[in-house]
Amino acid sequence: MSQHLVTLPILIPMIGALALLLFNQASDTRRRQLSTALCVAQVLVAAWLLAVAVAGGGQMLFYALGNWHAPFGIVLMLDRLSALMLILTAVLALGSVLFACAGEDARGTNFHGLFQLQLMGLNGAFLTGDMFNLFVFFEITLLASYALMMHGGGKERIGAGLHYVILNLAGSALFIVALGVLYGATGTLNMADMARRVAQMSGDQAALVTAGALLLIVVFSLKAALLPLYFWLPRTYAAAPAPVAALFAIMTKLGLYAILRVQSLIFADTPVAEAIATWLWWSGLATIALAGVGVLAARDLRTLVAYLVLVSVGTLMAGTALGSIDAIGALLYYLPHTTLICGALYLIAELISQQRGKAGTRLVRGRRLHQRHLLGGMFLVAAVAVAGLPPLAGALGKALLMQAAEGSARLWLWPLLLLAGLCALIAMSRAGSVFFWASYKGEVDSGRVTRPQLAGVLWLLASAPLLVAFAGPVSGYTQATAEQLAEPQAVIARLLGESPALQFGRLTIEGESR
Amino acid sequence: MEALFSLVVGVLTASGIYLLLRGRTFPVIIGLALLGYAVNLFLFSTGGLNTHAAAVIGESITPSDPLPQALVLTAIVIGFAMTAFVVILAIRARSELGSDHVDGQSGEAGDAK
Repeated sequence: MSQHLVTLPILIPMIGALALLLFNQASDTRRRQLSTALCVAQVLVAAWLLAVAVAGGGQMLFYALGNWHAPFGIVLMLDRLSALMLILTAVLALGSVLFACAGEDARGTNFHGLFQLQLMGLNGAFLTGDMFNLFVFFEITLLASYALMMHGGGKERIGAGLHYVILNLAGSALFIVALGVLYGATGTLNMADMARRVAQMSGDQAALVTAGALLLIVVFSLKAALLPLYFWLPRTYAAAPAPVAALFAIMTKLGLYAILRVQSLIFADTPVAEAIATWLWWSGLATIALAGVGVLAARDLRTLVAYLVLVSVGTLMAGTALGSIDAIGALLYYLPHTTLICGALYLIAELISQQRGKAGTRLVRGRRLHQRHLLGGMFLVAAVAVAGLPPLAGALGKALLMQAAEGSARLWLWPLLLLAGLCALIAMSRAGSVFFWASYKGEVDSGRVTRPQLAGVLWLLASAPLLVAFAGPVSGYTQATAEQLAEPQAVIARLLGESPALQFGRLTIEGESR
Repeated sequence: MEALFSLVVGVLTASGIYLLLRGRTFPVIIGLALLGYAVNLFLFSTGGLNTHAAAVIGESITPSDPLPQALVLTAIVIGFAMTAFVVILAIRARSELGSDHVDGQSGEAGDAK
């Protein structure tokens, strides 16, 4: 029985979403209760799966859907990395949903149903061990995100949404082409099986695999918003409703996860992996540099936070490109922190704009904030965390990452990372002083922070001190994750064992030719 | 057959990308649809192009690969839904932005691009 529980992160939001969409005439309170309960359930399930992934020195769990065994059927795969991403998604989602319950969800239709659908796509993408299934879950995530991004409507959102949708549709087309090339060359879609066959490739087939792999990286970089492909992000994230933008903080990490998975499992120790790493390294560094400039140039807090998301994407990609166990361990420690803080910043930006009337989140003198001590306090914590200053977890993550860089990589990574941190610090202190000090005297707006909003923000912000307090166990976990990722052979052996090879079309079936 | 097939895929892709880069939403949607067709055809060919080969073992000497056919079916369904969605979105954008240009520009500025 218990082996079926690994499907829960997909089933809970799916059934929940269907219920929410079906009973969309129910009262707001009911739907909010259900949606929050679903998110709490997902946090619990993810925590349980995390315990499973840790138990027995990091065992892996495979689940053959419909009992069709790999490589013929689709498998779900739970290892330490999946478990980490699942708990991160669940925690972020709970914070966003709590915040949305304050009234943002009532500005359009079906907010909670779509939200759960997006969670289903995210959880599925983190669990699947099959390339085409990964595509399907990507699509589910994107479809829900299209609707959520334009939740509530308005000129700005529709304009940004149109770009976002068209760009991602083109990206999806490219994704299928990449999958087609890889399938044509290897004859399989199961990740572990593909890894086994890629390792044996030579000549023409190897060239095809390289082409397919690089195409795949282009697609994932588009989702992760890496340098030449990031121009959609600032506008989209700035226009999206706050709780949705907060959830979107994990969307870029979905691209990162896919790259990490493909890089460490399928193309491990092949020339392809080196080509990918080179591309990722330079575009990651360039992303940090340009996003740093963007942070300084932003004239609106939401745009500023969008560029901060980009800085973190660049940092994570550079870490991925380094590829050593230490670097992967460090970036996985940095990942939850940056995701949750960027999510929290979007929520705080919404709270600030609520109390500033027309000025919104633009960096101009505006009305005095009603609850400036509360908001200022939260803003300070988030700013310190996102800029990577001690004593919060951002500093630790960056320090670990810088330590992991060796030789000439240090010369590039250290100055860029530190300068980007400085840019973030300057921009955030400027934004803070404009919002909290440079205000008109006189009447204040009556909008107050409601309790669910406060709960959502604090839930996300709590990650910064907690990740420091439990830095030992968390970094131990991420280190073990990196070690697990460095041994793809274990996955392949566990999943496939000595399974037969079946080839259609161009070749005859092995059994017949014998 | 391979040459004809690749030619069709190539022409569809080229037309799709050309239209995708246009400034008005309608050509962009047609471009996306053409790109979708090209991609589906391409995906279909990844199992190898065979004639008189059923995707059932035992029906013919060299059975064709059933997997790309299943994948194409999935891709068609997703593509169909997405085209419908993006058409509605374009209509919505037309009414909200007051222009059918992807950047919401109107008049001469829109025509120039």
